[in-house]
Amino acid sequence: MRVLDTGPGQHREKNGWALHRWLVFRRLTQLGILGIFLLGPLAGIWIVKGSLASSRTLDVLPLTDPYVVLQSLFAGHVPGITAITGTLIVLGAYIILGGRVYCSWVCPINIVTDVAAWCRRTLGITGNGWRLGKSTRYWILGVSLAVAAVTGTIAWELLNPVSMVYRGVLFGFGMAWIFIIGIFLFDVFVSRHGWCGHLCPVGAFYSIPGQISLLRVSAIRRDQCNDCMDCFRVCPEPQVIKPALKPDTAGSTPLILSGNCTNCFRCLDVCNRDVFSLTQRFDHRTTPVTTNQGEAMT
Amino acid sequence: MMTSNGHSTIPGRRKFLLDSAGAVCGFGLLATGLGIYSGKASSLPAGAIRPPGAIDEHEFGGACIRCGLCVRDCPYDTLRLAGFLEDVTTGTPYFIARDVPCEMCEDIPCVKACPTGALDPDLQDIDDARMGLAALIDQETCLNFQGLRCDVCYRVCPLIDEAITLEMLHNPRSGKHALFLPTVHSDACTGCGKCEYACVLPEAAVKVFPRKLAKGEAAGHYRMGWEEKRKAGRSLVTPDTEHQYNLPQGIQYEHGGAGLKQDTGETPFAGDPLKTLNRHSGEVQ
Amino acid sequence: MKLTRRDFVKSNAILATAAAAGINLPGISRVMAAHEDEKIRWDKAPCRFCGTGCSVLVGTKGGRIVATQGDPDAPVNRGLNCIKGYFLSKIMYGEDRLTQPLLRKKNGNYDKNGEFTPVSWDEAFDVMAEKFKAAIKKDLAANQGKAPEELTSSVGMFGSGQWTVWEGYAASKLMKAGFRSNHIDPNARHCMASAVAGFIRTFGSDEPMGCYDDLEHADAFVLWGANMAEMHPILWSRLTDRRLTGHDVKVAVLSVFENRNFELADLGIVFRPQTDLAILNYICNHIIQSGNVNEEFIKNHVNFRLGNADIGYGLRPDHPLEVSAKNNKSRADTIGSQAISFEEFAEFVADYDLENVSRLSGVPARDLQELAELYADPDRKVTSYWTMGFNQHTRGSWVNNMVYNVHLLTGKISEPGNSPFSLTGQPSACGTAREVGTFAHRLPADLVVNNEKHRAFTEQVWKLPQGTLNGKVGYHAVLQNRMLKDGKLNAYWVMCNNNMQAAPNMNNETFPGYRNPDNFIVVSDPYPTVTAMAADLILPTAMWTEKEGAYGNAERRTQFWRQQVKAPGEARSDLWQIMEFSKRFTMEEIWPQALLDKKPEYRGKTLYEVLYKNGQVDQYPQAMVTDSRGHHYDNDEMQHFGFYVQKGLFEEYRRFGLEGPKKGHDLGEFDHYHETRGLRWPVVNGKETLWRYREGYDPFVKKGAGIEFYGKDDGKAWIFALPYEPAAEEPDNDYDLWLCTGRVLEHWHSGSMTRRVPELYRAFPDAVVFMHPNDARKRNLRRGMVARVQTRRGEISLRVETRGRNRTPEGLVFIPWFDASRLVNKLTLDATCPISKETDFKKCACKVVREA
Repeated sequence: MRVLDTGPGQHREKNGWALHRWLVFRRLTQLGILGIFLLGPLAGIWIVKGSLASSRTLDVLPLTDPYVVLQSLFAGHVPGITAITGTLIVLGAYIILGGRVYCSWVCPINIVTDVAAWCRRTLGITGNGWRLGKSTRYWILGVSLAVAAVTGTIAWELLNPVSMVYRGVLFGFGMAWIFIIGIFLFDVFVSRHGWCGHLCPVGAFYSIPGQISLLRVSAIRRDQCNDCMDCFRVCPEPQVIKPALKPDTAGSTPLILSGNCTNCFRCLDVCNRDVFSLTQRFDHRTTPVTTNQGEAMT
Repeated sequence: MMTSNGHSTIPGRRKFLLDSAGAVCGFGLLATGLGIYSGKASSLPAGAIRPPGAIDEHEFGGACIRCGLCVRDCPYDTLRLAGFLEDVTTGTPYFIARDVPCEMCEDIPCVKACPTGALDPDLQDIDDARMGLAALIDQETCLNFQGLRCDVCYRVCPLIDEAITLEMLHNPRSGKHALFLPTVHSDACTGCGKCEYACVLPEAAVKVFPRKLAKGEAAGHYRMGWEEKRKAGRSLVTPDTEHQYNLPQGIQYEHGGAGLKQDTGETPFAGDPLKTLNRHSGEVQ
Repeated sequence: MKLTRRDFVKSNAILATAAAAGINLPGISRVMAAHEDEKIRWDKAPCRFCGTGCSVLVGTKGGRIVATQGDPDAPVNRGLNCIKGYFLSKIMYGEDRLTQPLLRKKNGNYDKNGEFTPVSWDEAFDVMAEKFKAAIKKDLAANQGKAPEELTSSVGMFGSGQWTVWEGYAASKLMKAGFRSNHIDPNARHCMASAVAGFIRTFGSDEPMGCYDDLEHADAFVLWGANMAEMHPILWSRLTDRRLTGHDVKVAVLSVFENRNFELADLGIVFRPQTDLAILNYICNHIIQSGNVNEEFIKNHVNFRLGNADIGYGLRPDHPLEVSAKNNKSRADTIGSQAISFEEFAEFVADYDLENVSRLSGVPARDLQELAELYADPDRKVTSYWTMGFNQHTRGSWVNNMVYNVHLLTGKISEPGNSPFSLTGQPSACGTAREVGTFAHRLPADLVVNNEKHRAFTEQVWKLPQGTLNGKVGYHAVLQNRMLKDGKLNAYWVMCNNNMQAAPNMNNETFPGYRNPDNFIVVSDPYPTVTAMAADLILPTAMWTEKEGAYGNAERRTQFWRQQVKAPGEARSDLWQIMEFSKRFTMEEIWPQALLDKKPEYRGKTLYEVLYKNGQVDQYPQAMVTDSRGHHYDNDEMQHFGFYVQKGLFEEYRRFGLEGPKKGHDLGEFDHYHETRGLRWPVVNGKETLWRYREGYDPFVKKGAGIEFYGKDDGKAWIFALPYEPAAEEPDNDYDLWLCTGRVLEHWHSGSMTRRVPELYRAFPDAVVFMHPNDARKRNLRRGMVARVQTRRGEISLRVETRGRNRTPEGLVFIPWFDASRLVNKLTLDATCPISKETDFKKCACKVVREA
């Protein structure tokens, strides 16, 4: 499965599988989760019921989206015990696995935007397009909560493409496909990583537990980096790499500690030098950093 | 990319200010638009009925997280989730009684499934559900109002004789039949929609609406005297005294009921004296 | 309202424009509708469904029935209908109407195990005649030298209370005169036979003395096992009106569960099944004890009889219950009785005191007493109504007799408001099944086959040689199925009914009988019913107003209708089928030489010529059928046979009432019926009879007699002393619930018509098992769950209903039988009243378990 192009003519040491391992795992996970949800309505096998907003697995395990519950709280409703339990379980999981693991391993829109990014590269659309501020999504997050508070309804869910698409697939699409096409076109033609990287308040929300989450990518062999830029090219949030890979201060941690790292591990896939590896947030080990030869990054 | 060129500082700041103002306006617009859209979308259309136990509609939008678990646990596929751009708030559960009514499961699985309490877990007895309220909206086409014996709505009602009764009246047109008028009682109707579903007309004459639409409200400044008397079990004030009237002979006045009454001139004696004699002799024996 | 062509074109154009623009123009469409309405031809017809006999106007346009309306001028319903009647215009247009004869075939030939294959009428009748001829040939050999009372036959027919009068009459002639077989019985056996037996035993003449006008005159109504609110909706409407508008009118309802009647009931009584026998004896006892016997009446008009008891349950003779029964050995034992005095009767019922009967029936003593008071009160006019709760009863004949006991003791009979009245379930249970006499023991107008004089009269009317008619009572409905299974009945024609679904104990009796390789089963039906599916040959049938017809309702009202439309495809009326089939037989093939010797002119003739083209039936020549407004109507049978078949048959049949040995059965002239909304017989000099047996109302009562029950030789009705006896099968440890079957308003009988009306199907789609919530809970069941209902004979699965229209007491479940997908007669027991031979569909033992 070659969804992403790894970029121009670098010397290749990796074969196809090693180059796409995490991507394949991730796609399998995304589709697998959707598949388990779909088993019910399609095959009558009810392992999981509900949707990403809230679900019940094997009739016992409740899982609830903390963001939608937060909106509900802002709207003035104290959710029932099941929803609270489900929220805590999900939050706990993301604190361990990485907040935006949701984005790269669960969210169905991720597939759309990844494809959009690939198309953008393939079509040779260079540059970032319309430059949205990295803080825009936080504004939108704030707006979604404020509107909930003012209107007393979870208003963002009227537009939220993430839940819309999932509900669409599980309960019947209606007009939800408009969002998929819209986001796709937006990401290809308007703004690079426009939706997931700049607008989506869901990602913005998950970046918050992501600040403290345990599972981390470390540029542990950053000294091996040959500046091929492959990792920056594939990363949906490329700004998170630099502090770890090319720190301003020598000796600072090689861990990617930004809450916006989605733990997609695409950098692990594409790096020919195996600079990156998977570890936990307290692992600050590093190989000695060699100064870049005469090329100052300012 | 930031630049260290000093000339650009002032335009940079201006740009920042402009950008910020733009952003504030943009998000303000977004917020306003979303608010208006949500306000519009949260007014439930007349034909859409919420599941049993759904809390008040203006709180429902804040409590329902659009997960669809109630839909999944409905054994009759009654419930559905509103799609984008439907009249019902996107992602929230509802049903259309004419398509599939609520079967009023005793164990209320939809309420049990709700994780947030948007469907109130305090609803233990399905008879206490108030999903909506049925209303016989068209007496001109309702067959029973014409004297026919349809009353399908009445017989399919799970709370027959409580939520729908047949009020029986003389049919003056036929002269010898009764009219059986289906009458909905809001104190018992759960709004399950079985009546609307089963109505045999091409367009149902009895329909279920959200309660707010279907129910009038009595004013506090006037009471129905007979109802108050019935509730109290006696007259609210001292009962009326016994009345006496000046009346010509042969005329009586019945105070509580018929009013003026003329004596019929009946006597206990039959016209034929033989009958009287024979009857009396029989009784003596 | 008239529209010129120009107006028409204009409004059409406007409409089209409006439609394109999505605009609704009410004024315009009303104009159009009025114009369209003008093209509809309206004519009257009785409703196709129950025995109430509502009249409707049928609207025909372009050869199709497009609308109906309640007939505002009909005395029964005054323009009203129930919800079944409302959908009459749709019953003939189900998508799966049968339009061609279908024969089971394999490799081009008939094969019992073949697939249904369309065939021509010729081929269908060829195969059918071959099978009937083979059976008759065997019978001829077996019957050589036998007296009429000893004749046997292996051909039979199962007919209908939904046949038109002439169809029943023609069928009866075909079987009884042509094939000399009395194995013809109507499905009315399942619904009215006990009422018939009750009438004959008590009064010597079938059918009620009263009429629907009792509804406007009674002060009290007592309903015994008659859910009028659902099954006779329009009569219930009249009864309700009387209750609302009359002074101090009371309604008492007796049933084994709470049904819709209870909504109106002043006195609602749920009794333990079968104890109605005891309750009726208690009422008699109360009347006697309280001194309310109408002594003059019983002295002059009543004889007292002690009926034979312990008469068995109509099961197969080797059943333990039959082996142990004392009085089921011969017909005389079963129906036998001996004269007793009033005092002996009083002593007999004295055992049925309040305390005992209250304990036995489970009815509070207070309620029983209140009920008895209604009957006893000399100032109260009481009308009793009953249907299947009484008739479908292993003591159905008794319980009919016993309700007459109550009315006769008090003299509350044969006058306005005082009426014991048996309601009927089928549109012509009275008019066809009973009056024409399509039962295994009957001939027209109350005549019976085992009476030599009656046979002789019939032979004379039918122009048959003396000794033609079989004197032995034929197989009744349940026995026909047993005999099919046992291979004694081999050529069998089922017409105008759905007996596979309707008959009891389907798995063990009906189905094996139909599929017995020795037998050839023909089913005539408009739709592919479960009965048709079990047949070997299916004949497509014209229904209701696709033919000219006549029905007789429960109040002795005979109603006619004209053919309104043509039947689809090759579908033909039952009458056409019967008469056309008779052409396939020459007399030599079916009658013995000795019989033909008595009427040598019949030699070489076909059965058709002997029975129908007999110089009597064919005396009315082909003519155009018109109404008083000059409309023309088809009459496909007249067209085909070349004479006015219906009129000829009716006028011949009418002779039985006018000239027959049983008086008081006079019918009016054929043409008169086409003009009126029905006439209640006896019709004398064009005048109808409202109350029979009462001087002034009934022209047959001798002057000065006051009352005369002239069906009996001495003019006196019989009061029977009869005991309570238990049901054939009662709940026990293994099968712990009573199973009662019945109907719902939305569907009629087996649902073959009403389930094809989408709106009615939607209103009550599938049968459910009504049970008490506690009974459900005990079995780990909840409302809406699928439960398995099992009896010793079979099981079915259906949803549990613990709410709604029927509230059963603990220990009893109720299942309606309309649903072809949930055949409740897989469960029922084929126990019958030993006298009337009517099945008890109301009582057997079952258990209910949760579906795994």
